[in-house]
Amino acid sequence: MDDISNTRILIVDDEQVVRDSLREWFAEDGYHVTTAAGGVEALTRLATEPADLLLIDIKMPGMDGLELQRRVKQAAPEATVIIITAYAAVDTAVQALKAGAYDYITKPIDPDDLARVISKAAAHQRLARENVRLRERIDAIAEGDMPEIVGDSPAMDEVRRMTATIAETDATVLITGESGTGKELVARAIHRGSHRRNMSMVSVNCAGLPEGLIESELFGHEKGAFTGATYQRKGKFELADGGTLFFDEIGDISAKTQIDLLRALDDKRITRVGGTRVIPVDFRVIAATHRDLARAVEEEEFRLDLFYRFNVFTIELPPLRTRPSDIPLLAQHFLQRFARSMNRRANHFAPEALQRLQAYEWPGNVRELENAVERAVVLQRGEAIGPQDLPLPICAGEPPGPEPQTLAEIEHRHIECVLGATAGNVSRAARILGIDRVTLYSKIRKYDIPRQRTS
Amino acid sequence: MAVVVVEVGETRGALLRTLSAGVEASLGCPVLVSIDRLDTESFFDADRCQYRSTPMLPMLARLCRTPTDRVLGLAEGDLFIPVLTFVFGEALLSGCAAVVSTHRLYPDVYGLPADPMRLQQRLITEGVHELGHTYGLVHCHDPACVMHASRAADDIDDKTASFCLSCAGRMAPSGMRVAVV
Repeated sequence: MDDISNTRILIVDDEQVVRDSLREWFAEDGYHVTTAAGGVEALTRLATEPADLLLIDIKMPGMDGLELQRRVKQAAPEATVIIITAYAAVDTAVQALKAGAYDYITKPIDPDDLARVISKAAAHQRLARENVRLRERIDAIAEGDMPEIVGDSPAMDEVRRMTATIAETDATVLITGESGTGKELVARAIHRGSHRRNMSMVSVNCAGLPEGLIESELFGHEKGAFTGATYQRKGKFELADGGTLFFDEIGDISAKTQIDLLRALDDKRITRVGGTRVIPVDFRVIAATHRDLARAVEEEEFRLDLFYRFNVFTIELPPLRTRPSDIPLLAQHFLQRFARSMNRRANHFAPEALQRLQAYEWPGNVRELENAVERAVVLQRGEAIGPQDLPLPICAGEPPGPEPQTLAEIEHRHIECVLGATAGNVSRAARILGIDRVTLYSKIRKYDIPRQRTS
Repeated sequence: MAVVVVEVGETRGALLRTLSAGVEASLGCPVLVSIDRLDTESFFDADRCQYRSTPMLPMLARLCRTPTDRVLGLAEGDLFIPVLTFVFGEALLSGCAAVVSTHRLYPDVYGLPADPMRLQQRLITEGVHELGHTYGLVHCHDPACVMHASRAADDIDDKTASFCLSCAGRMAPSGMRVAVV
């Protein structure tokens, strides 16, 4: 045991000789030991001096060991109880175990048994404490990393209210809204508010899965199930066991996958590709789509029965253009976040810049606003973001030249401008441009942009 | 500053001498063999056919000549404290008396061949261990240290009558130059 001196033992026995001898014995091991002659004294002592381990004699006058154990479970549920009993009272000890005692030892106690039981109980205590600490840390990290739902428009107040209401239930949720409105953010908020928050939320981007791989991706596969299946692999359903499964762009899945999905959602049991074993899985489903699923059903592109499975509770996210009052709040929120992460001084928007932000339609919604602010923070060295820092609708850093320009020339110049602003950081530039890194690399090659600027 | 070894009931003289020499070598202080012998009759529990060790300690403590002396009782009977099935020995933590028994140290008690050397080594180790408690030392994590807890006889064979550096440091205020692992 690593922390014996931190382990507090309370010995409860009506026989003084037992209390004294056990106290001496544990003191030699370095434990912090206190004693009580009965149940009432033990509870009084616990109220002022918490204990990690309680050794309770089962047979005591007045409040017996079983009753004391029940009271301890209420007063100090985190404490571990070990029952001391005579050989003749093993039945009662079993009763104590059923009521939640960690273990029991019979009198007279074999020193080896006592050392083993106490050592095991102390290790159990340590793990329990560590578990609580880790859960608290995970919660803290999740809180810290998790972007909040920002906005004080009535529409967003309603989204927050519905999110909080539905989070506590285990109901399936369908989140609808245009691209970039923050559907995954709301899904994460629901997961975080649910009893499944200590397990994983596994995301499946249905639009990004190649048809040939989707089955293996969702259900996993056994080794040798198909060419290239060198190892056994768990699918998304198994990975989400105990947690939440988030289907993004659910409206984009194929007819075949819709059937597979329906079966898995109904049975909550899956079989890996190439396998025969049926694996039970327990997950909550949250789905999101930018499509009108009801219309997709009418047009026979989406199964009606699957639509019913998803459409239990719907949260609709309003596009940013319908809630312009949220734009300054969101912009300021992103500004603070990016300025902190990039160590920049920018801390507010000039009034003209805010006017420009609110006047814009934001077809890419919050994601587009986030990218615009990130780019502005990269460019701006001062404290205020001005209208010239905002890429609306294209790179505003350089005014167009006097000569007529082709679309390709404008793209070339814009990419150079963003790469310059990000000091050649391709990942960051790709994020600002709203394209993936591979596409950006191909454009860098296409326009022959010097490598030294793309380190 | 000395350790006084006292017979608790009848013991074999050879074991008394072995224990005295071993303790002297381990603690580096004078060890005297007392001419007194503690009578064990009042400590005997007829139901358990064992001897209570706890009441022996205050009786042994009376034999201390100075506050820095320690008294170590040597018993051949099987010792116990009421809540435990047996003890190899017992000590007053930060007190001046301790007792150790040879009863469960014999390899033949466990069906093994007699091994006088092993018995002697176990006796010295346990004697020094109990005396360590009288200097305020608690059980040590280092399995090679004499203060490591032994719950069974063969656990004692994993250590010697020497202290780890940490426990030796805690013994320093006593002024003794103890054997170090």
